[in-house]
Amino acid sequence: MYENIILILDATLRVSAPLILAALAGLFSERSGIVNIALEGKILSSAFAAAATTSVTGSIMLGLLAAMMTSTLLSLLHGFACITHRGDQIVSGVAINMLAAGLTVTLGRYWFGLGGQTPPLSNDERFTSITLPGADAVADVPVIGLLYSELISGHNILVYLALALVPVCWWIIFKTRFGLRLRAAGENPHAVDTAGISVAWLRYRALICAGILTGIAGAYLSTAHSAGFVPNMSAGKGYIALAALIFGKWKPVPVLFGCLLFGFLDAMAIRLQGAELPFIGEVPVQAIEILPYVLTVLLLAGFIGRAVGPKSIGVPYVKSR
Amino acid sequence: MKKILTTTAAAVSIALCSFVAQAADFKPAVAYDSTGKFDKSFGQAVAENGVIKFMEQSDTKVRELVPSSDAQREQGLERLARKGFSPILVVGFLYATPLQKIAAKYPDSQFVIIDAVVDLPNVKSILFKEHEGSFLVGAMAAMKSETNKVGFVGGMDISLIRKFACGYEQGAKYVNKDAEVFQNMTGSTNAAWSDPARGAELAKSQFSKGADVVFAAAGGTGVGVYQAAADEGKYAIGVDSNQNYIHPGVMLTSMVKRVGVATVDAFKAAEAGTFTAGIQSLGLKENGVDWALDEYNRDLVTPEMEGKIAGIKAKIISGEIKVHDYMMDNTCNY
Repeated sequence: MYENIILILDATLRVSAPLILAALAGLFSERSGIVNIALEGKILSSAFAAAATTSVTGSIMLGLLAAMMTSTLLSLLHGFACITHRGDQIVSGVAINMLAAGLTVTLGRYWFGLGGQTPPLSNDERFTSITLPGADAVADVPVIGLLYSELISGHNILVYLALALVPVCWWIIFKTRFGLRLRAAGENPHAVDTAGISVAWLRYRALICAGILTGIAGAYLSTAHSAGFVPNMSAGKGYIALAALIFGKWKPVPVLFGCLLFGFLDAMAIRLQGAELPFIGEVPVQAIEILPYVLTVLLLAGFIGRAVGPKSIGVPYVKSR
Repeated sequence: MKKILTTTAAAVSIALCSFVAQAADFKPAVAYDSTGKFDKSFGQAVAENGVIKFMEQSDTKVRELVPSSDAQREQGLERLARKGFSPILVVGFLYATPLQKIAAKYPDSQFVIIDAVVDLPNVKSILFKEHEGSFLVGAMAAMKSETNKVGFVGGMDISLIRKFACGYEQGAKYVNKDAEVFQNMTGSTNAAWSDPARGAELAKSQFSKGADVVFAAAGGTGVGVYQAAADEGKYAIGVDSNQNYIHPGVMLTSMVKRVGVATVDAFKAAEAGTFTAGIQSLGLKENGVDWALDEYNRDLVTPEMEGKIAGIKAKIISGEIKVHDYMMDNTCNY
C-alpha cells in the first residue's frame, strides 16, 4: 500500500510538471491583466520546436532554447494584437491555439514527412532522469528509502526546475519592484500610468516571462516525458493549467497545489483502471476517465470559495477615456 | 456566334460525359484513418506494404487521403467517390458509418473496408483474426516473463481492442495457468490513439505492479509504451506492423496484421475485374496474422521458445486450440 502511494505520487510529479510551468506562465500574464488562453497553443508549438530542433541538431539545449524562443514569439504576437492594437484577448488567444494546432502538423509534414511526427529522439537527445546522490544507497532503508529513491530522486531536470520556479516566481511577483508594478498593471493600470510607468511595456515583459515558462513546459512534453513530437500532444494541458490558476486564486503556492491535485487525479485515474474496488467491483474505464473532471467541477463550484481575478484582466489599456 | 457557343457547349458536355464514363474504370484510392500513414503501426502497414508495393508492381497511381478530423472522413470519402475513384479502400473501423452512407449513394463504385463489416453489394469487408495472433504473442510474453505477470495497453476502449486483449490473455494463460495479465485502455475517445505520454504512464504503472512484458495495441500511443519499456529495461510487443526495429533488444516481437498483403490483393482483384463483395476473414491459416521474427529480436527468442510457438500455431490452425473471439459475444469467457 505504502509503495503504491509513493508510486502514485511519483507519477503525479511527472504529470504535474508541465501544468506547473504553464500555470506559472499564466500567473505572470494574468496578473499583468492579459488573459492567456493561448497557453495550450504555446505549449504545443514549443513542444514541436523542441523536438524538431533537437532531432536536427542533436543538442537538447538548443531544443530547449528553440522552444522558449518559439513560445516567446507567440507571446509577443499575442501582445501585439491585444496590447498594441487593443484587440480582444480571448480572440487573439484562440487564434494562437488554432495556429499552433495547424502549423505544427503542417511544418512537421513538410520537414520530416512523418505525418506530423518528429523522428524519435535517442536518450542522449532527451532530458533523462537524474539519480540524486545516495538514492541507491538508501533505497533499502524502510519508509524513508523508498520515499527518497522513488519519489524525490529519479526525475528529469525539468521537473525539479518546475518546482524550483514556484518560489522564484512568488519572489518576483510579490517581493520585487517589477512584481509590484506588474500586479498594479493588472489591478489599476491608470495608477501605474500616473506614476509614469509604461503599462504596455510592463504587460509585454509579463508576456515574455510567460513565453519562456510555457517554452519549458512544451520542451518537457516532447523531450523529457516522451521522446518526440506527436500531433496535438498537449492534449488540453494549457486549459487545465488555466483551471489550476483560477483554482489557486492567482497565487503561486495555491496554484502549485492546484496543479499537483490535477496531476494526482490523472495519475490516480491511470492506476485505478481495471482495479477492483470494494463493494463496486471493477470500475469501467469511462468512469475513471471522467473522475478528474467531475472533481474539478465540484471543487471549483463548492470548495474554494470565490475566485476573484485581477480587476483589470481582459481590458485593453487606453490612456484616457 | 450563338451557334458556335452551343456547339462548344455540346462538345464540352460530350467530353464531360466521356470523362464520367471513364470513371468506372480502374482508378484506385485509399483513405487512411486520422492517425495517418506514419503511425508506425496500422496505417503504415497499409501504406508501405500495400499501397507503395502495389504502385511499384502495377505502375498505377493510388490517390491517398488522410482526414484530419472526424468530419472529414465522410466528406473525403464522398469527394473520392464523386471524382470516380474505384476501388476505394478505407482503413479502420471508424469508416464503417460514413462508408455505409457513401457506398449506398455510389452503387457503381467498389469499396473495400478493413477492420469492419459493411453489408452492401459493392463493399468488400476484410477482417483479421486478431485474437489468434494475440494468442501467439500472449504465449510468448508468458514464456519470456520472469515475474509471471504481463501487461496489455489498449488504445480506445472498443470491442476490437478488447479482442486483442482477450486473445493475449488466453495465450498467456495457456502457457502458464497462473500468469497474471494487467489490462489498461488509454481512453474512450479518438485521442486515445495518439497519446504517447499517457501510454508511457500506463506502462509504468503496470511495470510497478510487477509486469515485465507489455503488449500495446494502441496506434500512436504505443510509441510511448515502447519508450517506457526501453527506459525501464522491460520487454514490449508491437502491433499491426513489424515494430521490432523501434527498440532492438526491447521489442520481444510484434503481432503483425498483413494488411499490406490484403491491400495489394484487393487492388489487384479490382484491376483484374474479379472484385467480390462480402466478408473475408484472415487468420493464422490464411497468413493474415502472425508474429514477427527478424534480426532485431533474434537474440530475445530462444530456439526453445520458437519451437513452442510453432507448435501452438500449428494447433490453432488445425483447430486443436480454439481461441475465443471477444467480438462473438462481447465477453472474454473462454
